[in-house]
Amino acid sequence: MKSKIFLLVFFFALTSSFAQNVTVKGTVYESTDSPLPGVSILVKGSSLGTATDFDGNFTLEDVPLSSVLVFSYVGFQTYEVQIENDTPLTITLQEDAEALDEVILIGYGTQAKKEITGAVAVVGADAIEKLNPVRVEQALQGQVSGVSVTSQSGSPGSSSNIRIRGVTTNGNNNPLILVDGNVIEDLSVINPNDIESINVLKDATAGIYGVRAANGVILITTKSGTKSSDLSFELDAYGGIQQTTREIPVLDATEYAVLVNEAFVAGGDAPPFLDFTQLGSGTNWQDEIFQTAPISDINFSVNKGWENSKLSVGTSYLTQDGIVGGSDANFNRFTGRVNYNLDFLKNFKLTTSAIYTSQNRKNLLENTLGSVLFNALNMAPNLTVRDENGDYTLAEGLGNEVINPQAQIDNTYNNTKNNKISGVIGLNYSFLENFNIETRFQFNYSEVSGKVFSPEVYYGSGKVFNVDRNVVTEFQNIFRDYTWNNFLTYKNTFGDDHNVNALLAMEVIQFSGKFSGLTGFDIPDNSYKNASIENATDVVDNFPLGGDTYDTRLLSYFTRAQYDYKGKYLLSVVLRRDASTRFGPENRVGYFPVVSAGWVMSDESFMEKSSWLNFLKWRVSYGIVGNDRIPDYGFVSLLNGEATYVLNDELIFGRAEGALANPEIKWERQKTFDVGLDMTFLDNKINVTMDYFNKTTDDLLLVPQVSGILGASAPGSRPPIVNAGSVENKGFEFQIGYSDDVSDDFRFNISYNMTYLNNEVTFVASENGFVPGGSFGVGQDPPARMEVGQPIGYFYGLKTDGIFQNQDEVDNHATQVNASPGDLRYVDINEDGQIDENDRTYIGDPIAPWSMGLNMGMNYKNWDFSASFFSSIGNEIIRNYERNQPLTNRSAYFLNRWTGEGSTDSFPRVTTGPNSNGLLSDFYVEDGSYLRIQNIQLGYAFNMDNSKGIDKFRVYTSVNNAYTFTKYKGYDPSASTGAPIGGGIDQGFYPIPRTYMLGVNLKF
Amino acid sequence: MKTLKLTSVLLLFIFIIVTSCSDDFVDVDSLDPNSEDFFNEEADYQDALIGAYDLLQSSYINVMLGEIASDNTLSGGESATDVLGIQEIDEMIHTPVNQQLRDIWSWMYAGVNRANYIMEFQDKTDFPGKNVVLAQARFLRAYYYFELVKWFGDVPLAVDERIQFGDQFEIERTPKAEVYAQIEKDLVYAADNLPASWDEAETGRATKGAAQALLGKAYLYQENFPKAVEYLELVIGGPYDLVDDYDTIFERDGENGIESVFEIQYTDKEGAGFGCLQCSEGNVAVGFNGIRNYTGPVFESGFSFNVPTQEAVDQFEEGDLRKDVAILDIDAWSVANDATFSVGYKHTGYYNRKYIARKGDLNTGDANLTNPNNYRAIRFADVLLMAAEALNKGGLGDGQAQIYLNRVRERAGLSELDLTGPALTEAIYKERRVELLGEGHHFFDLVRTGRAAQEIQGFTSGKNELFPIPSIEIELAGDRWAQNPGY
Repeated sequence: MKSKIFLLVFFFALTSSFAQNVTVKGTVYESTDSPLPGVSILVKGSSLGTATDFDGNFTLEDVPLSSVLVFSYVGFQTYEVQIENDTPLTITLQEDAEALDEVILIGYGTQAKKEITGAVAVVGADAIEKLNPVRVEQALQGQVSGVSVTSQSGSPGSSSNIRIRGVTTNGNNNPLILVDGNVIEDLSVINPNDIESINVLKDATAGIYGVRAANGVILITTKSGTKSSDLSFELDAYGGIQQTTREIPVLDATEYAVLVNEAFVAGGDAPPFLDFTQLGSGTNWQDEIFQTAPISDINFSVNKGWENSKLSVGTSYLTQDGIVGGSDANFNRFTGRVNYNLDFLKNFKLTTSAIYTSQNRKNLLENTLGSVLFNALNMAPNLTVRDENGDYTLAEGLGNEVINPQAQIDNTYNNTKNNKISGVIGLNYSFLENFNIETRFQFNYSEVSGKVFSPEVYYGSGKVFNVDRNVVTEFQNIFRDYTWNNFLTYKNTFGDDHNVNALLAMEVIQFSGKFSGLTGFDIPDNSYKNASIENATDVVDNFPLGGDTYDTRLLSYFTRAQYDYKGKYLLSVVLRRDASTRFGPENRVGYFPVVSAGWVMSDESFMEKSSWLNFLKWRVSYGIVGNDRIPDYGFVSLLNGEATYVLNDELIFGRAEGALANPEIKWERQKTFDVGLDMTFLDNKINVTMDYFNKTTDDLLLVPQVSGILGASAPGSRPPIVNAGSVENKGFEFQIGYSDDVSDDFRFNISYNMTYLNNEVTFVASENGFVPGGSFGVGQDPPARMEVGQPIGYFYGLKTDGIFQNQDEVDNHATQVNASPGDLRYVDINEDGQIDENDRTYIGDPIAPWSMGLNMGMNYKNWDFSASFFSSIGNEIIRNYERNQPLTNRSAYFLNRWTGEGSTDSFPRVTTGPNSNGLLSDFYVEDGSYLRIQNIQLGYAFNMDNSKGIDKFRVYTSVNNAYTFTKYKGYDPSASTGAPIGGGIDQGFYPIPRTYMLGVNLKF
Repeated sequence: MKTLKLTSVLLLFIFIIVTSCSDDFVDVDSLDPNSEDFFNEEADYQDALIGAYDLLQSSYINVMLGEIASDNTLSGGESATDVLGIQEIDEMIHTPVNQQLRDIWSWMYAGVNRANYIMEFQDKTDFPGKNVVLAQARFLRAYYYFELVKWFGDVPLAVDERIQFGDQFEIERTPKAEVYAQIEKDLVYAADNLPASWDEAETGRATKGAAQALLGKAYLYQENFPKAVEYLELVIGGPYDLVDDYDTIFERDGENGIESVFEIQYTDKEGAGFGCLQCSEGNVAVGFNGIRNYTGPVFESGFSFNVPTQEAVDQFEEGDLRKDVAILDIDAWSVANDATFSVGYKHTGYYNRKYIARKGDLNTGDANLTNPNNYRAIRFADVLLMAAEALNKGGLGDGQAQIYLNRVRERAGLSELDLTGPALTEAIYKERRVELLGEGHHFFDLVRTGRAAQEIQGFTSGKNELFPIPSIEIELAGDRWAQNPGY
């Protein structure tokens, strides 16, 4: 806001003079009485102005009497005062919560948005409130260009994958997430209501975070209150119901019987359903499994500011049942938060914050062969949930993996509890006018404990989920980390125009933890009530040979120098030196430089006359950032493999090598180039941001296949980690926003963003030329690959060319084993007259090249309305939730199967006979494009002018995940495991529920 | 101004002091021992030795495929695509792309490497009885190499050093004869240094007799009949004997009995999963061989692989007591015992009764992978028949050969044979087949005696004697090795 006013004043000022002029002196303070340097002071309607010095003092000569002085400073409310005489002024500027949007965290400091040289995007508390997300990640989807969020599942408490500008490495692609400077790996522990802002650092300027910044950095600031403010309370609560967005159409019992009979006859077997007239529609297993589930969330916070301090305390409780399993899949989260800032002296400040989170989650088996939804789709519709005795029906004859899903839910006991405390304490001391020294200590401590009980259960003969001996596992994992930063900043202005800001810093990080777990058998009465290690027999330690602790450390020194000339030409240089425990002594240290520059073109004299353009800045950045997110000790060979043999019928534990060592492993390096521009025009109503980026990851750390003679397939071993690949991600981002306060009663804003991303593997040093991943069907080759010239994790399989319509077509085609009319016709890619694994080729890409978001909001009088949309276009998904056994159920599209010559050229026949229709081919690959209405919210704020004590009372209703437009046949096109190689394979993804909510915001 | 500058310099100096931290901070040793700083005491050697034994358990796949590749059994399973590698080997249409062959290759080499790890550090620390540790390591190395030559012919040979990352691009395939020479050296050392028996608590470790028997077998495979006889007869003179009742051998009570010369040990005490079959402490083959969707007494359900052919069943003479031990006629059984099962792929009506899942174990999950049935790798009956064969084919005494053969026949309830020359050879071959049916030897017996092409449908002479080296393994070793002929 300030810069806009500044510009308005600057551009449209008229110089005027009066006969009587005075010299005005004064001091500007923050609300705490600490002087505020750098405040700009302008005589309204003139070009006359100055700024405060380091002590907040200013002197402005020749000020006409009766003129108005405008005091403005980034992050504070503008203050105006009329000059009546030359009495020295004492001005106190109030912090402006809204204006904070304009100050951007850039890592170990803040910068005015105007002066930022990197590609940084911000999501404010307003947007988060509108979106009402259960998890923080959901607030990023569609809000920020270049950021892609996919959920691993829609089940309560499950996590999401955030990808900033594509998939850059074969390992961990998660960005670095810092909450008040504190590393948080799992965002589920953060209550979205506590968030003041989310800043996303997308380009090389994130490199100030060095080794950990290769996947981008997300900086989250929690609410910290306001100084000199009255005691205030906020209560936000909502309740809602969730339901599935989709049921996959499958055959009903009669259709099923007809198709099964047809398949058996085609396979030369007797039809099993001689009379199916009485079957009717049978059991709709998805109806049995899906339910409407409640969700509720309540937040309460208290804020109070004193002269030298501010306090914010918040607490929340969320509880969410699953649309599958209901309360058997419950997730609940309690959070408590305290932020307290105290200025001991004007130049000596303390900041503290602490977050406590306690969460409980009940898990059901998801997204795998034999998961609950997989079973609901494949369970035969002629079977009932329970038999005539009231017992769960056995899924006989449906293959070894398909079982009664309701029985499965009832027999699953998998509870996880996570207690976590995070804290930040910082001291900041300013001295010698230009210096500032700060030390910050951040820590996390969490205990994740859980119990998994598998009761003795029989789901049918030969089922892999049968448990003949009940077993309980109790585990407790402790995770600790701390980060200690010390930094010194120097800030000065030379000769009015040359602004310098230098940072010198060091950082120490240590992650450590301990895992423990015990497994025991034979729980009395086969009941969960008794399920504990105390009641178990044959208890074994899950970590008999160690391997149960870790200790990873980073030591970093870094410096940043920023220079600008009149805020018009901007330059920033970063150099960081990181040393990580993950690499051997020779390769331990990495140096990561970043250079970025900006040019505020609209400040140039030749642009000033532009009537429509308010602001235009070019940015460019280039840098190298590192990645060390690989398992520990890859450079040495440790004896943590499995060495277990049996002597005299007793287990004997010995020692053997674990992962093979590669003493040569070194930092993975990502070279990132970004050029972009920010502009606002038409009275700042429209803002546009555009970026082109090119990120090349070299020395990619991956675990390749290695020769079997090295022994890497021994129990507990694996191939070494090597630097053996390159991946390039390039693309562009475009963001446009329009906001207008049409009248006092009517305001609206709309923003649209779009990202294009092209991912290509440019080098793989694996001897066979690719790295495989993922799984499809049972016992088939991995369906995804990382291979030169292709996007990372592309799908590799056979191409189809319709259906064989008659025997002639089969005979005239390349030899295809077991082919008959009605089968898929595969393309003989290598033209050797033989259809085999050598004919496999590119059949899809799991990475969406295009994504876009649209967000709008409007206020009319007391009403407010907002809506957000997200679209992902051009990626593919492998459909892998069909078991395709003779008696399993099938998707309804089988009604369009091939039944004779000319019937269809799209869907193969059904048969129990040998055929190769189940091989991975493009028949199983679908377009995963979609457009989703993410959120619609309608609110009404009551007029509170008359009622005492209540500042705000708003009620709203909203729908999250309202509707998805897609051609994809599965549950949810937005789901992915997030694996770089092998993501995008749908084994019955748990859909993200649609949630209807009613909520209230109260402030008093 | 001067003092200000001084103060600032001082503060900067303090800042640097406070924040200076040496790179030692990131020099953290793992709590797990480093492989290059081990073997400092006897316990270390013993621990590493357990690691070398561990891979024996992964040879379940060798045993299964040794049967399926032969004319004894068919692949079975759920469907034509259920474990494609097994299906292809059954039909002798296997190619260099075969996951199961790659498993054998990789797992046997994992065993070689773990044995060589001990040998690499054999001189580091001395302690009484070290020779016994080294003898076991060398026995295991010989066992793994013997499997590798059987399956693949010429294989890379590393002795007393691990094949380390990078070495795979240097090492060549070593001629089979040299690998055998190393196997012989190792087994001679093992036979000289291993005890004839172990304390009960150590049951399962390699013995002198095991080394002698394996050595005799290695000579037999090379058709060095005098040496084969020499070592096999040492075993025959040892503490071993035939069990009276053939039926008891393959039951739990019969494990590590008097007939067991070397037995691979399995247990049901630890869970296992499909993600790492070689990690199971149970006999994975037993669950794979089990009766598909079985409900009924005595046995438990399995995946219906490795099902005996009618032709194999017909090999048993009338009155052969071994037939009902080796073969389960599932139709007859289910009628008699009110049991149910379902029909798998290539269903023959028979199951490999010696190694199918039985009731009475702990069924630790996944119950199909944790069957505790030990694999009787070298039985005394096998030793007798090998000795008989070596005596007969080496022209070293058909009379003695007959005695050995007839010991085996007598126990089976069959009449003595009085044959000599080629007729005796044929009788020994036939006896081996029925005596050892379902135990994984038959394919290699057919190959080494030159009968494979006439017995196994689809077998191509000059090609299928050896299995192909998985093509990916050739690629991953730098694309230097020649493929086995015909592939």
